[in-house]
Amino acid sequence: MTQQKGHPLIRLTDVSKSFGPIDVLRGINLDVAAGEVCCVLGDNGAGKSTLINIIAGLHQHTSGRYTVDGHDVRFGSPREALDLGISAVYQHLALVPLLPVWRNFFLGSELTRGVWPFARLDKAQMKEITDQALQNMGIVVKDLEQPVGTLSGGQRQCVAIARAIHFGARVLILDEPTAALGVKQSGVVLKYISRAAQESGVGVVFITHNPHHAYMVGDSFAILSRGEIDLRARREELSVDDLIYRMAGGAELESLQHEMGR
Amino acid sequence: MSETVSNTGPAATSSPAAASDNTAQQPQPASREPHRSMGQRLAGLIKRPEIGSIGGAILVFVLFYALAEPFRNLASFSTVLYQSAALGIPAVAVALLMIGGEFDLSAGVAVTASSLAASMFAAQITGNVWVGVGFALVLSLSIGALNGILLIKTGLHSFLVTLSTFLMLQGLNLAITKLVTGNVATGDISDLAGFDSAQSVFASYFNIFGMSISIMVFYWLAFVAVATWILLRTRVGNWIFAVGGQGDSARAVGVPLNKVKIGLFMGVGFAAWFVGMHLLFDYVTVQSGEGVGNELLYIAQAVVGGCLLTGGYGSAIGAAIGGFIFGMTTQGIIYAGWDPQWFMFFVGVMLLLATVFNAWIRRQVTRG
Repeated sequence: MTQQKGHPLIRLTDVSKSFGPIDVLRGINLDVAAGEVCCVLGDNGAGKSTLINIIAGLHQHTSGRYTVDGHDVRFGSPREALDLGISAVYQHLALVPLLPVWRNFFLGSELTRGVWPFARLDKAQMKEITDQALQNMGIVVKDLEQPVGTLSGGQRQCVAIARAIHFGARVLILDEPTAALGVKQSGVVLKYISRAAQESGVGVVFITHNPHHAYMVGDSFAILSRGEIDLRARREELSVDDLIYRMAGGAELESLQHEMGR
Repeated sequence: MSETVSNTGPAATSSPAAASDNTAQQPQPASREPHRSMGQRLAGLIKRPEIGSIGGAILVFVLFYALAEPFRNLASFSTVLYQSAALGIPAVAVALLMIGGEFDLSAGVAVTASSLAASMFAAQITGNVWVGVGFALVLSLSIGALNGILLIKTGLHSFLVTLSTFLMLQGLNLAITKLVTGNVATGDISDLAGFDSAQSVFASYFNIFGMSISIMVFYWLAFVAVATWILLRTRVGNWIFAVGGQGDSARAVGVPLNKVKIGLFMGVGFAAWFVGMHLLFDYVTVQSGEGVGNELLYIAQAVVGGCLLTGGYGSAIGAAIGGFIFGMTTQGIIYAGWDPQWFMFFVGVMLLLATVFNAWIRRQVTRG
């Protein structure tokens, strides 16, 4: 599963999206390579959600090109994206809280033994694989039988990400995975994201509005503003302060500050 | 994926107590403690969905054992079991449906619809009761499927969808019976071909330990066993919990949510058919107005047995114990010499207590 680092996985070229007369995205250029974390930053309503929905197959782009491994694609459903290894982990849609950890991990892809109608869950093997997959990524849960809802927010995100990787994700789209988390829990997730990219070689699209979080794990950055890419830079090209400045609105914010005279 | 893990220590060097700190950056033992302490086992037991109903069953048993002298008689116990089974078979299917996050208010009249359909189809059209039985099965499964399809197509809450089918079926039961037989009840079918064999399948009795036990009791246990196996040991069971717990998440990982829900409604249809056939071959004729109100008893049993109204949690065994509580109560009230009208009052009290207790249990579960 490990892929050549730097091998380009997905590329958007001049992609636009309109809902009726409203242009939500205009002329987006973005590429994600294996083993790299591409951070997409932006304010509320900047078009982040639409962008990841296009990548994940929930929406189709109106114009421009979307290529996976160099081939043009136009997904009709998230399933088609998933079949090419493009997997989205949504903040609230990842897991079923009352279901035990191992049942969540294999939900929809359960292993069974025996022949129908006597096919039964291969509980022992699923628990072992879950345990292994979580340990490989440095996540420790007390008891795989505990409901996922009892894990901390950070751990829940990690379990969802580990599951996506275990089931063959090559491109992971993480929608604000740290938005609802405290400092320590965010650290757990960020560490895990960076580890997933480096060790499993997955390409990560990390959506966030926190420039500090982005700079900790990002190899490249894209700031989205009113449906357009405002800044596209590699890590070497800017400092965390640049990122914060641009993210906060740059010159616009400065003039506002000036106006308010403080 | 790398196999080497830097921050997991060998199991022996770290005490199991260290595993209580479960953040990823801590060094942790590689394997969890295999033997759980007594306290942990007890805690695990308390988290079982059916624990509240077990407590309730013991309480009700002790109450009537003390108050009603005939209740202590072994023979009366077979009547208790029979009552539990007749209410409990649909309740098991309703419990699965509720774990899957939906209601079925039409289940009570669906039982009667099935009996009526079998009786009238056999009497008016074929003259063989088995053909009527087959027709009723197809009808009951179709009613279940219709409930499921309506739910999915309209996007309405199952409460509204099945309230509608409940009212429609209630009307149809009376109207069609009157149209076909000119009466509010169906005629005696005991002289039709196949009646004896059908009666032995659906409504026979066994003598065990001097008790006359209805075959329904065995079917009830079989229903509970199969439902429990499906829930805990099969893929479909995993999906039932998931679609009830968080449907969107389940769908996002490829669980066929619509099929699961339609299947669950058809399961209720199957159970309704089964009890309907029992009633038909036990009583020979069917009153077309029967069954109204039972749908709430099925739901109440499932809830007493630990099912959450919001879905995603519960057990078939719990529903069975809920049925047992209701069976004991119906008979206990009679044996105690009270007016049977007290039954509904007791059902209400138990439902309230069970709901409060189960809500507390759930908080314990999600707290870890």
